[in-house]
Amino acid sequence: MTFLTNIHRLLRVLLWQPQSAIGTLLVAFFFFLALFGGQLAPYPNANDQSHDARVSPTLDIGSLQLGAHPFGTDRLGRDVYSRVILGANSIFRIAGLGTVISVVLGSALGMAMGYRGDWLDELLGRVIDALLAIPALLLALVMVGIIRNLDFQINSWQAALADEVTLLVIAILYIPVVARVARSAALDIKTREFVAAAEIRGESSAFIIFREILPSAIPALVVEASLRFSYAIFLVASLGFLGFGAPPPSPDWGLMVNENRGGFYRLTPWALEFPALAIALLVIGVNLMSDGIRRAVQKGGA
Amino acid sequence: MTQLTPLNPPDRSGGGNGARLLDVRGLGVSYRMGRRWLRALREFNLQLDAGQVVGIVGESGSGKSTAALALMHYLSANGRIDGGDLRFLGEDMLAMGAADLRRLWARHIKLVPQNAGAALNPSIKVGRQVAEALKAAEGIEGAKADQQVIASFRAVNLVDPAQVAERYPHELSGGMQQRVAIAMALMCQPDLLILDEPTTGLDVTTEAVILDLLRSLISGQGAGVLYITHNLGVVAQLCQRVVVLYAGEIMEEAPVAQLFARPRHPYTLGLLSSLPKAGQRKAHSRLQTIPGNPPDLRSVGQGCVYVERCPLAIEMCRAQKPPLEEVEPGRLARCFRWQDVDAFSGESPSRPDGSPLGRMASSGDSSPRPDGGGEGGQSGESPPRPDGSPLGRMASSGDSSPRPDGGTEGDILNAEGLTKHFPVPRDLVDLLRGRKPWPIRAVDGVDLRLRQGQTLGLVGESGSGKTTLARIIIGLEARSGGRLELFGADIQGGLRARQQDLLSQVQMVFQNPQNSLNPYRSVRQTLCRPLVKLRGLSAKSAEDQAVQLLEAVNLRADYADRYPDELSGGEKQRVAIARAFASQPSLVICDEPVSALDVSVQSAVLNLLADLQDEHGSACLFISHNLSVVGYLADVIAVMYLGQIVEIASADALFRAPSHPYTEALLAAIPTPDPSQRSQRILLADDLPSAQNLPSGCRFHTRCPRNIGEICGRDAPPWRETGAGQGIRCHIPLDELAGATPPPAPPRQDEEGM
Repeated sequence: MTFLTNIHRLLRVLLWQPQSAIGTLLVAFFFFLALFGGQLAPYPNANDQSHDARVSPTLDIGSLQLGAHPFGTDRLGRDVYSRVILGANSIFRIAGLGTVISVVLGSALGMAMGYRGDWLDELLGRVIDALLAIPALLLALVMVGIIRNLDFQINSWQAALADEVTLLVIAILYIPVVARVARSAALDIKTREFVAAAEIRGESSAFIIFREILPSAIPALVVEASLRFSYAIFLVASLGFLGFGAPPPSPDWGLMVNENRGGFYRLTPWALEFPALAIALLVIGVNLMSDGIRRAVQKGGA
Repeated sequence: MTQLTPLNPPDRSGGGNGARLLDVRGLGVSYRMGRRWLRALREFNLQLDAGQVVGIVGESGSGKSTAALALMHYLSANGRIDGGDLRFLGEDMLAMGAADLRRLWARHIKLVPQNAGAALNPSIKVGRQVAEALKAAEGIEGAKADQQVIASFRAVNLVDPAQVAERYPHELSGGMQQRVAIAMALMCQPDLLILDEPTTGLDVTTEAVILDLLRSLISGQGAGVLYITHNLGVVAQLCQRVVVLYAGEIMEEAPVAQLFARPRHPYTLGLLSSLPKAGQRKAHSRLQTIPGNPPDLRSVGQGCVYVERCPLAIEMCRAQKPPLEEVEPGRLARCFRWQDVDAFSGESPSRPDGSPLGRMASSGDSSPRPDGGGEGGQSGESPPRPDGSPLGRMASSGDSSPRPDGGTEGDILNAEGLTKHFPVPRDLVDLLRGRKPWPIRAVDGVDLRLRQGQTLGLVGESGSGKTTLARIIIGLEARSGGRLELFGADIQGGLRARQQDLLSQVQMVFQNPQNSLNPYRSVRQTLCRPLVKLRGLSAKSAEDQAVQLLEAVNLRADYADRYPDELSGGEKQRVAIARAFASQPSLVICDEPVSALDVSVQSAVLNLLADLQDEHGSACLFISHNLSVVGYLADVIAVMYLGQIVEIASADALFRAPSHPYTEALLAAIPTPDPSQRSQRILLADDLPSAQNLPSGCRFHTRCPRNIGEICGRDAPPWRETGAGQGIRCHIPLDELAGATPPPAPPRQDEEGM
């Protein structure tokens, strides 16, 4: 029942089923790239334009040869292989951190709402319902657009914040979603008798929410977090593609797809296809893994 | 399969063509758990003839429901039949294909499930559901089917059957749902009827009505009946033969009268002895217990499955499994020492009576407890009792209870006119008509007092407001009106307003051991928290104290590191009790603390409660729907009906001469575990009225068997004192109430035992 045995059991269940094992391995692979991409990429400078432009991929799967430019180079002479590897970092940082922030804050908010269940819950509940009625991508575009158009002094903290606008948008966007899940979990758990036992012991609300209710809600929250993560990756890629994500020279996968579509696709199809494949694989992997997590949690009940 | 044709018309003579209705030999069932198979049922034998009623009793996990499903050859996907022989009217059911089995189920074998509410489809009107069963069995449809459905509803005493048929399952009460399920099963006149705990979720009063109904229906049908239950009382009332299951094996099989009179297996003896007997009081004797827990099916060894808990176990019992042998004509037992069971039940004279049930030694608990009024021998913590007699705590003598009124010194709880009204939200119709819906009056004007060290039992059907009352007293629920005094101080506001000192003085033991412990806290953490929080101990001394608490509830010290899912239900409830007593409270509220536990565990927990309460001198508000449990623990009993207290009396007086018609009915409804007392019951028609729409006048007048006419429906009856702190809320003159008792067949044993 301790945290470590839970992790252990979760991993065992995840790797036991073939689908979730594939998903978990895919995510682990990309996570590895995100951590060590700088060391693994042959050309660690993402904007290194020193190569010949429009070189076809030299990757030869039959003889397992990588060649000079496994995924070729784009029209500006940048190594696509290196850029795809380097791009893993930003997507994990933005989607991962955004998810973590939204899950932490959303859980706290939702738990407090569910446990109190008074007028505040009613009020916030309506606000959340209203927010959820707006399509996520639309809301994200509006938020990015507003923040982008604000003028900040260079090197001020507001400017630093504006650089992380995608991350912030994801965090803010998913707080209400997570809060709703946490709230319904808390509503269920608070009727159990150990919560009443804590109340008649005179425990504070914070103790009851975080020490009594939260542990039982963690399974539901873990499932929700993995789901949010997969949506976040999708959203980061979409924003990048629409030009609302990272600014141009950065090796963002969505941005790379956008930069190489249209007329450029005929010239250097590989410069679009490999980042697109990376996005697809990661999204599939995260989805398979979160499916597995859900199954594991439902089966174990903990 | 063409062989099925001779079944139709069914042969009800039971063996006219030489074949038994049901003949099971050596049946075994396993369930897949992960990668291994658990053998849930082993060597199951059963012979059943038409017209017979056989009971299968066992605790949870004993395999009784598995047996029911296996006998229909209907197992869940992870179950398999290991072997054996299963014959229905001579036909091998194990060899039948799915289509033949389905035909058999449609027409010849019927199951009444435990939870009819869950078994009925919530989106189909009950009349149509029953008609569907009729169509499947006999191909009858249309108006003729409707007629038969209504006739079958009438047969199970559903009031206004045509109108019930038009309702959805959720619009029916639990008792009515069960009747619908019974009607559905009986309508096709099955040859074999299997009833799987059909009354377990119901109130005693409803249970009594359903049992009565079943008895008359069964005798009229001539079908073979298997009645599966954990309740020995029900078996005694209904069955002719009994099979006792334990850990997947038959322990004993016998005609019902012989089984109850002279059990031949130590487990049966233990089960029978651990039931609190009516009239048995904690001050006189401890309850008999069966030590230990049922075995884990994964670790069933080669010996007898009961060996770990058996007081008669010898070497041989561990080494090899005893066979199920015929010990007397028509009686089977699986025990090497069946001949010694009689002698054993006689050799320990814990009670002076001659009843075999009262004689088994209390081998379960280690903590000693002085028997029979040994109050004087208590350690210093025990508060001085007003008078020597343990029963006199509630005495009528003036000195010990200075009534009427004015805060008595020893008053721990003093409630006057407590009410709790739950507002009902207005719906659109109400809004348009500009009216406010009536609130649900869960508790409606309750006066209650409780003195130091006293145990007050609170009984009533579910929905009578018992739990709400307890939650008001402890502060989990805000009251809508009335006055509440705890330890002489007026209580205002909710839990948050209560001082730490008061919190530590009032604690609670909850109903459901599954939910009352936080699954993510070890037993140590669970016990340390109240010690630190309420008694202000340091972390170190709290840990020491936690171990002592564990000892006090008879759990080994190494349980401190376990988590709730590593504990059995009884162990969880012990930890919950330890937690409640950790702050050394003066008042412990117990809300149905044993109703979720098996019989063999229940008595040990009750003993424990009595011990701890005695040791700490705590008062106790004990809520239960089980009158025999309340009768054992309580000094005073309050009977609650629809938010009001209708009678308060000392436990002795209440069992000797229940006075309020409702109390009479409650007492009469208890199924007595004694086949010779198949009591004529006082049956309460209908279900509990809604607390939102209370009957006028006396709230009980709609169901009262002794309604004296107009006045009952018009005027609220006065509260009439019958003694100090005792009283009755009824229009019938007191002497008439007393004179009319005892009720036709009181479900209690007299002093001579059963």
